[in-house]
Amino acid sequence: MSDVHIHRGTWSGLAILGLITSIIFVTIGCTSGATPPSALDKGSPGGAASTSGQRASLTGAGATFPYPLYSKWFDEYRRSVDPNVTINYQSIGSGGGKQQITQRTVDFGASDGPMSDEELQRAPGILHIPTVAGAVVIAYNVQGLDGGLKLTPEAIAGIFLGQVKKWNDPLIAAQNPEVRLPNADIAVVRRSDGSGTTNILTDYLSSVSLDWKSKVGAGTSVNWPVGLGAKGNEGVAGQVKQLPNSVGYVELAYAEQTRISYAEVQNKAGNFIQPTVRSTTAAAAGADIPADLRASIVDSAGADAYPIAGFTWLLVYQEQTDYGRGQALVNFLWWALHDGQKFAADLSYAPLPDNVVRLAEEKVRSITFQGNPLLTVQ
Amino acid sequence: MKLFGERPVNAGDAAFRLIALVFGLMVVGLLLVIILQLTSGAWIAITTFGLGFLVESTWDPVAREFGALPLIYGTVVSSLLALLFAVPVSVGAAVYLSEYAPDWLRTPVSFLVELLAAIPSIVYGLWGVFVMVPIVRSYIEVWLQERLGFLPLFQGPPYGLGMLAAGLILAIMILPIITAVSRDVMRAVPDTQREAMLALGATKWEVISRAVIPYARSGIVGATILGLGRALGETMAVTMVIGNRSEITGSLFGLAQTMASAIANEFTEATYDLYTSSLIELALVLLGVTVLLNAIARLLVWRVGGGPVGGRRE
Repeated sequence: MSDVHIHRGTWSGLAILGLITSIIFVTIGCTSGATPPSALDKGSPGGAASTSGQRASLTGAGATFPYPLYSKWFDEYRRSVDPNVTINYQSIGSGGGKQQITQRTVDFGASDGPMSDEELQRAPGILHIPTVAGAVVIAYNVQGLDGGLKLTPEAIAGIFLGQVKKWNDPLIAAQNPEVRLPNADIAVVRRSDGSGTTNILTDYLSSVSLDWKSKVGAGTSVNWPVGLGAKGNEGVAGQVKQLPNSVGYVELAYAEQTRISYAEVQNKAGNFIQPTVRSTTAAAAGADIPADLRASIVDSAGADAYPIAGFTWLLVYQEQTDYGRGQALVNFLWWALHDGQKFAADLSYAPLPDNVVRLAEEKVRSITFQGNPLLTVQ
Repeated sequence: MKLFGERPVNAGDAAFRLIALVFGLMVVGLLLVIILQLTSGAWIAITTFGLGFLVESTWDPVAREFGALPLIYGTVVSSLLALLFAVPVSVGAAVYLSEYAPDWLRTPVSFLVELLAAIPSIVYGLWGVFVMVPIVRSYIEVWLQERLGFLPLFQGPPYGLGMLAAGLILAIMILPIITAVSRDVMRAVPDTQREAMLALGATKWEVISRAVIPYARSGIVGATILGLGRALGETMAVTMVIGNRSEITGSLFGLAQTMASAIANEFTEATYDLYTSSLIELALVLLGVTVLLNAIARLLVWRVGGGPVGGRRE
């Protein structure tokens, strides 16, 4: 008798639980899937792009590095170009962005590093659209030295390999005759979390130092020969400021905000270049760009190019599976490559040089739905 | 089937028993689901590295080699270090609160101790980085190195960050919980125990060391286990002060890394399956280490708590 009660009771209990969970999920699904009705009320101001009049809600996920710019873009695009398009972006990191676009759970992914051949095999038909470039600066804290430190690629590789141990090492001192460098140990600070910033720096070190390439390599996290790990740009900047005689690396935008001292770096042409938005764009312009745009722009050949720089990309499928969303996505990408670029410099991101914009345009034009091109604005 | 003990008397009773059963099973089910999920997520790493994962010391995402030994070392040593710092202070504070403090002081101090337990760990982490680490670097480590620098325990450059800082910040974080629980168990020692000792002519110190602490010892060990649990799983504050270097140095000044901080640091940018899988296996190992240390501590409670309470004759 009581057995029957137990079973019936348990099952109805489970059924209620199931019901509650499904209600929760359905509700979440609705809120993230639908555009808020307010988007309908506002008329289109008739910006540069023509709008299809279809409401579309795009989702994207990935890199944290370009997030401030992307959120500005999404906001600006909806306010002044197409009020029907809402774009939701989760800055979960480049790894997550690649994973989610591979599993097609988002309309676009975002990454600071290109997908590897192996990753592309699992997600055939993905295009890499570069959006902006960023620079990584070598920040330092040396007593009595407020700026003007010049570093060669050999010195930087030596420092991060642990072979250049003192600030007055001849490799550093030779390029800085006018500064008095202390006879002090160099404390290296690096990122502890996986990061696109680390990827750009290690990519650079791998291309200027065979030793680095064979011993450590490039990646979002690597097995560092020396150095203490701090979390995030803010963690590295904080430690460099605290620790006497330390050196670290942070994004240009971050270094400018925190007024930390950073070095001029000798580029391939032999010039010492101050990292700026302009010299980062020059790096992109001077680099060899492969057909699939998975370009590394470190150690670029341009005379004014700052050598430690990298693109950040949006990852989209060439063949879209939904007409309305596909069209909204393509029109947004076109806008980002043109009108969107003017928002970059204010936030310390480097706009794309013209040659790269031309190449990226081709990629956006090639996006299709059932074989037909989707781009409606020109 | 005797899941319920007595047969229910009325419908409301039966319903309540049922709900309680479901919730009870849910907790057990949750643990099983977590273990199952972690194991399946870690499967690629488990089959690739086997036991090597636990004994190798290279953690190199570029070369695709993952060995967790330095991370296990970092987790266990930083937590034990924290206990070493925190338990004497906590028990001392508990003795004061329970045996010495006047009533008007006991309540506010107890309240403040409990307030410490409610501070989010990121706040401890920030305080650790900006206040504690500079002090450890400029004063504590320099002082230790000048006097005891010949010991391997105090060698290496004094960065401030490292194992010592991690142990200290964890100690501060687990102090309130050990203090609060120990105070409660000491307050629960029957006054007859104290009075019996006093009647024998014992001093206050003898009352505390022979009657109160022995009576409360299993509770104190229990409080220590709670603290250990928090220390093992603590992530943010430790990440911010430990220096995040996957290395076994054997020095208190050495940089180290814990399992929890490795997961927090690297999971978002783990770009290939084996990498993600290795981090998930790390979570499984962390769960295992926690269960193992808890089991050892639980055995300890049974051993010390099993015998007769009260002071022994000498």
